[in-house]
Amino acid sequence: MKFSTVMSPHLQPVNSVDRVMLQVLLALIPGIAAMTWFFGIGVLINITLAVVVALLAEASILGLRGRPIGSTLKDLSAVVTAVLLAISLPVIAPWWITVVGILFAIVIAKHLYGGLGYNPFNPAMAGYVLLLVSFPMQMTAWLAPIELGSVALNEVDWLKLIFLEQLPANIEFDVITMATPLDSVRTQLGLGRSVPEIKTDSVFGLLAGKGWEWVAGGYLLGGLWLLWRKIIGWQIPVGLLLGLGLFASICYAIDSNQFALPSFHLVAGATMLGAFFIATDPVTAATSVNGRIIYGLLIGSLVYIIRVWGGYPDAMAFAVLLGNLTAPAIDYFTRPRVFGQKA
Amino acid sequence: MLKTWRFHGGLRLPAHKNLSAHRPIVNAALPKQLIYPLQQRSGVQLKPTVTPGESVLRGQIIADSDHFLATPLHAASSGTVKTIEDRIIPHPSGLSDSCIIIDTDGRDEALASEPVADYRLEPASALRTKIRQAGIVGLGGAAFPTSIKLNPGPQRHIDTLILNGAECEPYITCDNVLMQAEPDTIVQGALILMHALQVGNGIIAVEDHMTEAYEALSAAIEQSRDRRLTVVKIPALYPTGGEKQLIRVVTGKETPSGGIPADVGVICQNVGTAASVYNAICRGLPLTERVVTVTGQGVKQQQNLRARIGTPISDLINQCGGYQDSVERLIMGGPMMGFALPEDDIPIVKATNCILAAAESEVATSKETRPCIRCGDCAKACPVDLLPQQLYWHSRAGNLEKCKEFSLFDCIECGCCEVVCPSQIPLVQYYRAAKSKTVAKAKEAEKAAIAKRRHDFLLERKAREQAERAERSRRKKESLAKLKAAETATEGAE
Ligand code: SF4
Ligand code: SF4
Repeated sequence: MKFSTVMSPHLQPVNSVDRVMLQVLLALIPGIAAMTWFFGIGVLINITLAVVVALLAEASILGLRGRPIGSTLKDLSAVVTAVLLAISLPVIAPWWITVVGILFAIVIAKHLYGGLGYNPFNPAMAGYVLLLVSFPMQMTAWLAPIELGSVALNEVDWLKLIFLEQLPANIEFDVITMATPLDSVRTQLGLGRSVPEIKTDSVFGLLAGKGWEWVAGGYLLGGLWLLWRKIIGWQIPVGLLLGLGLFASICYAIDSNQFALPSFHLVAGATMLGAFFIATDPVTAATSVNGRIIYGLLIGSLVYIIRVWGGYPDAMAFAVLLGNLTAPAIDYFTRPRVFGQKA
Repeated sequence: MLKTWRFHGGLRLPAHKNLSAHRPIVNAALPKQLIYPLQQRSGVQLKPTVTPGESVLRGQIIADSDHFLATPLHAASSGTVKTIEDRIIPHPSGLSDSCIIIDTDGRDEALASEPVADYRLEPASALRTKIRQAGIVGLGGAAFPTSIKLNPGPQRHIDTLILNGAECEPYITCDNVLMQAEPDTIVQGALILMHALQVGNGIIAVEDHMTEAYEALSAAIEQSRDRRLTVVKIPALYPTGGEKQLIRVVTGKETPSGGIPADVGVICQNVGTAASVYNAICRGLPLTERVVTVTGQGVKQQQNLRARIGTPISDLINQCGGYQDSVERLIMGGPMMGFALPEDDIPIVKATNCILAAAESEVATSKETRPCIRCGDCAKACPVDLLPQQLYWHSRAGNLEKCKEFSLFDCIECGCCEVVCPSQIPLVQYYRAAKSKTVAKAKEAEKAAIAKRRHDFLLERKAREQAERAERSRRKKESLAKLKAAETATEGAE
C-alpha cells in the first residue's frame, strides 16, 4: 500500500491564530457589555462601523498586494484591531473619526509594514494616537455615564448623533458630555483642589469614575479568562499593573493630596483594557518571557508618568507605542542561555 | 526516591499509549522474506558477506564493514539469499538503496551460540568486541553502535550509566512492555554495561505513569541484590527521552553544546539495548529481533510484536488485522520525530521502535499557515532554550551565519515549537533545510580548501623544483669554474 509522505512532526498543531483572535474577541464581551450599559448603544454602532471599514480596507489592500483575501480575513486580526480602536474612542465620536482611525490603523500601521506579524506598532493604538493628535476636541468629548442622570438616547438618536452629528432638538451637547474621571482629576488639581476633595465629586464612584469602574471590571474579567485559557501570558499584564501601581503608590505615599490613590490609577482610563488586551498584542510586544515582564513594567511606568506629568489625561496609547519601540532592544538583552552553552 | 531536575520547555502531549501498553508482547510470525538494507544507519554502508544463492542460518553475519560506526548485520532466520538489489529503504529520504533479500525456509535453524560463562571475568575490550559482533546498536531510534558508546576514551571519566526507559513520544510502548515482560534481562544487561564501563552507579529512568514497569524493575533489582542500580520515575514530559534532556532530568547535569554525554561522565543506553546486550553476552545471541509497537487508529489491532529485524511492515500490519479504512499516513517512529514512509513493503530495521498507522484525525493534514505573530510560544516550548522564531526568520531568509549565531545546530528537531505555533508554520522543515545547506556549504568550502591546498602545494613544488634546478646549475657552473681555475692553475704551474 502507498502512502503520502510528509515531514515530522506529524502531530496536529494545538493552536491557531484564528482561534487566538476569536478568544480575544470573546474576552472583550464583558467590558463591552458594561460600556453599553453605562454609556448606551453608541459603542455598538462604533464597533460595527469599525469592523466593516476594517474588513473592507484589509480586503482592498490584500487585493492590491495580490494576497489571498478570504483566508486572510478569516484570521480575524483586522476585526480585533477594529474592536480595540472602537472601544477606545469616545462613544459619541462622529463616524468619520472611526473611519479615519481604522483606515490609518489597517492601511498605514499594519499593511504598509507588511501586514500581520510585520507591523512594529500596535495598529489600534497608532490609529488612536493619530486621532488624538489631529482631532483633540472630538477625541476628548466623553459622554456622561447614564448613571449620572444624563439623557437617555434611543437608537435613532444614536444613529443621528454618530452619522449626522445631530442631537435631539431639546438637548445641548454640553449636557450629555462630561470630563472623564482622569481628565477631571487633572483639571481640578490644576484648579488647586486636593485629591480627597475631588474624590467627593459626583463623577467618582467607589474606586474610579462611576460606570467606568464597571467597564474596567469587565475587561479585567475578560483578561483573567484569557490568562486562564493561556491565550495570553501573565508577564505583560502583571508587569504593567505592577509598574503603574508601584509608581502610583510611591507618589501617593509622598503626597496624598496631590496624587491619586494607586487603586484609582489601576481602575481608571484604559488601564485594564491596555494591560490585558493592548500591551499583550504579541506582534508588537517583546517576545521573551523575562523581556515581557520588563516590557510590562516599562509601559505601566510610562502610563503613570504621562498621566501625571504629560500633556494628555490618558496615556495608554502613547505608553504602548513607546513600549513597541523598545521591544526589539528588550528582546536582544533578554536572550535566554541555550541549553549546554556557557552564559 | 531520587531527586529529579527539570529542563526548559517541553510539552505534555496526549499519550495515546493505552492502545498498546497493557497487552502482552506477541511473537510475530516468521515472514516469507526478510529484507536488509545495507545502510542500517544513515551514511554507513555495509558490504555484503554473502552472495545470492547462498544459504544462511539464523545469527549468521550477512554484511559488515570496517567503517568505525558500522556494526555487522545478521540473518534473522535460516534460508537462502535470493538477491541483492535496490529497494526503498526506511529512511526519511524515501530513496532506494541496495538490500539483501533472504527467502526464509521456515526451519529457523540457528548458528551455534557462544555465550560467555562469566562476564565479570572478561575485560571491557572483550565485552565491547562481543557486543559489536552481536550487531548491537541503540534501540531507542538512533541506532548508534553500543560498543562505541562503551569506549569513551581515557580522557573522560564515566561515573553513571543511565538506562533510558522514558518513551516520551506519544503512542510508543515497546520499551514499557519490555520492561514489564523482561525486567531481569534488562537489569542483568545493565549490570553487564556497568561492568564494561567500570561505573558504580546505574539508574533506570521510567516515566511516572509506567507503574507496572517501575515495580517489575524494582523487584528485579531487589532480586539481583545489586545496590548500585536504582529505578527512578521521571515526569512524562516530551522530549524527556532525548539523551541530553534525560541526563539533565536524572542528574541535573547539562551536556555541553556540541558535546556528548560522556563529557559529563554519563553514558545513556536504551532499556531494549541493555536487554539485547544480556542476550548477546550471556546467551550468545546476536541482535536479530526486537519489540515493535504497531499502533494508531489506522490499524485494526494495536499491539507490541516481537519481530525479526528485516520483516516487511506489511507483514506486521497483517498480523495486526490490517488497516482501517481511515488510515492516512504510515510513520516509522513516533508522531513527533518519526518519518512518513511511502509504502509498506519496507522492512523494520534495528532502530524501528514503532510503526504508527495514523488515521486522518490523528495527524496534521492541512495546516493553515499564517505569518509569524511573534507570540513567543515556540521559545517557551523549546527544550534547548533556543529562539525558534529567530531561527525561522533567519533560515527562511537563507541567512546561515545568523542561524549559526542563534545555535541552529543545537536544535534537536523535536518539533515542540512547530506543534505549539499558532501560525502553524512548518518550522522544523526550515531548520532542516538550513542545516543541510550549512553542511553542504561547509563541504564545498572544505573541497575548495583541499583544492587550494593542492594547488598551493603544486605551485610550491614547482617553485622548489625550479629553485633546486637553479641551484644545481649554479653549483655545476661553480664546480666547472673551479675545475677550470684549477686546470689553469696547474697549467700555469707546469
Ligand atoms: S510560535 Fe509561531 S507565531 Fe509564535 S513566535 Fe514562534 S514562530 Fe512565530
Ligand atoms: S525543533 Fe529545535 S527549535 Fe524547535 S523546539 Fe525542538 S529543539 Fe527547539
